[in-house]
Amino acid sequence: MNEQTNTNKIISLTRVSKWYGTFRALHEIDLDVALGERVVICGPSGSGKSTLIRCINQLEKHEQGTIFVEGIELNNKNNIIAARDEIGMVFQHFNLFPHLSALDNLTLGLTRVRGLSKIDAEKRAMEYLELVHIPHQATKLPKQLSGGQQQRVAIARSLCMQPKIMLFDEPTSALDPEMISEVLDVMVELAESGMTMIVVTHEMGFAKKVADTMVFMDEGKIIEQAPPDKFFTYPQSERCQQFLRQILQH
Amino acid sequence: MRSKFVKLFFLALGCTLLAGCGDANWGWYVVSPYTKSGQTNLKFLLGGLNYTILLSFTAILISIVLGLLVALPGLAFHKGLRAINRVYVELVRAIPILVLILWVYYGLPVVAGIQISVFWAGVVALALSDSAFQAEIFRAGIQSIDKGQTEAAQSINLSYPDTMRFVILPQAVRRILPALGNQLVYMLKMSSLVSIIGMQELTRRANELVVTEYRPLEIYTILVLEYLVLILIVSAGVRWLERRMGADERQ
Repeated sequence: MNEQTNTNKIISLTRVSKWYGTFRALHEIDLDVALGERVVICGPSGSGKSTLIRCINQLEKHEQGTIFVEGIELNNKNNIIAARDEIGMVFQHFNLFPHLSALDNLTLGLTRVRGLSKIDAEKRAMEYLELVHIPHQATKLPKQLSGGQQQRVAIARSLCMQPKIMLFDEPTSALDPEMISEVLDVMVELAESGMTMIVVTHEMGFAKKVADTMVFMDEGKIIEQAPPDKFFTYPQSERCQQFLRQILQH
Repeated sequence: MRSKFVKLFFLALGCTLLAGCGDANWGWYVVSPYTKSGQTNLKFLLGGLNYTILLSFTAILISIVLGLLVALPGLAFHKGLRAINRVYVELVRAIPILVLILWVYYGLPVVAGIQISVFWAGVVALALSDSAFQAEIFRAGIQSIDKGQTEAAQSINLSYPDTMRFVILPQAVRRILPALGNQLVYMLKMSSLVSIIGMQELTRRANELVVTEYRPLEIYTILVLEYLVLILIVSAGVRWLERRMGADERQ
């Protein structure tokens, strides 16, 4: 898994901090991600994992430190827009547009942002729906799809914009157990295709399978950062050991 | 649904006619469809209908656009923009419609140095007054849409106008359709106030006929029925639109 010796940093965070009022959500985070690297972030709830990846595409603004994506510093509107062109995001609650069909969820960005014609957009959208194995549901509204299918449409919606980086914010936590694997399968396939991925998840089986780097966060800090074999066998910190014991218990 | 409206209407009509059998001294001849003068009077009264409709619909269209334009800064992150929204809503909402109609018709031409017809004075006053309420309806509707929708749109780099146009407003409008229907009905009724500056709509015409015929009871009864029928039809139209747009959000 760890053949990535590429030092080409596609994402670079330096001393990034963020507060919600007096609550410090992120505490001087340093994190580098190489092109093609798969990073899995875990940690207890409220530890800042979601905030961290939401800062990477600036759905949350960081208040201190610097974030570079593809060499672009996220410090003004134009740069953020340029960076978002390279970043796709998948949300815990899918956030599909409920009034649009699965296909139109994909074509909206393709026509309005990428400037494709309707025909080209639909053609590309269908390719990506095939990639997530649901081309036959293209004309259905999100509410007519199962949770797993909705999340796969959401993944396709991000992917069809052809980003270099994919962010996943607990993509399976809102799903019924029997639907988790169909979403994880798509994510594994994506990882195998060489996509740079940052995934916040508690699915440790998935993490072991695809991660190049495991990150454990607690109280807004990165407590531990290691390749998965080392991370799961010899966790250094007490908190990380405790967290892994709890999560791997069953 | 439709048959219920019809029943309700006949019930109201029946009550009115029954009342005519009582002690009150009714003189339906003024609006009798069987006499020449009655026909003329009826035609005169009904002639106000197109003005009422034209006035109300023009005003509601303008107030919807204005309301949306005022609502958007109210949703902004920037405090100054939100203040613009608050000041507008609070000021406009505080002026009684009748007062606004009088001011726009008699005051505005002096201040702005323009000629303004009775019709446009009415439209401007009604639209302004209603826009403050529309703004609040739109703000509530847009705020009711889950934040995740905006975030998803941002994550694929959809611009703000596109996010509003393709993602937020189509969902918000569905939710606020009943409230928009309310405003339309309200507008149809408030348009009667424009009679005060001489607009030849339903109410003005009834007033003028009363002055010449001295039969206020019958003529105003007809006026009530005119509004009732008009508004029941419009209400049914709004209901139909709600069903068509799936505003009831049933599967």
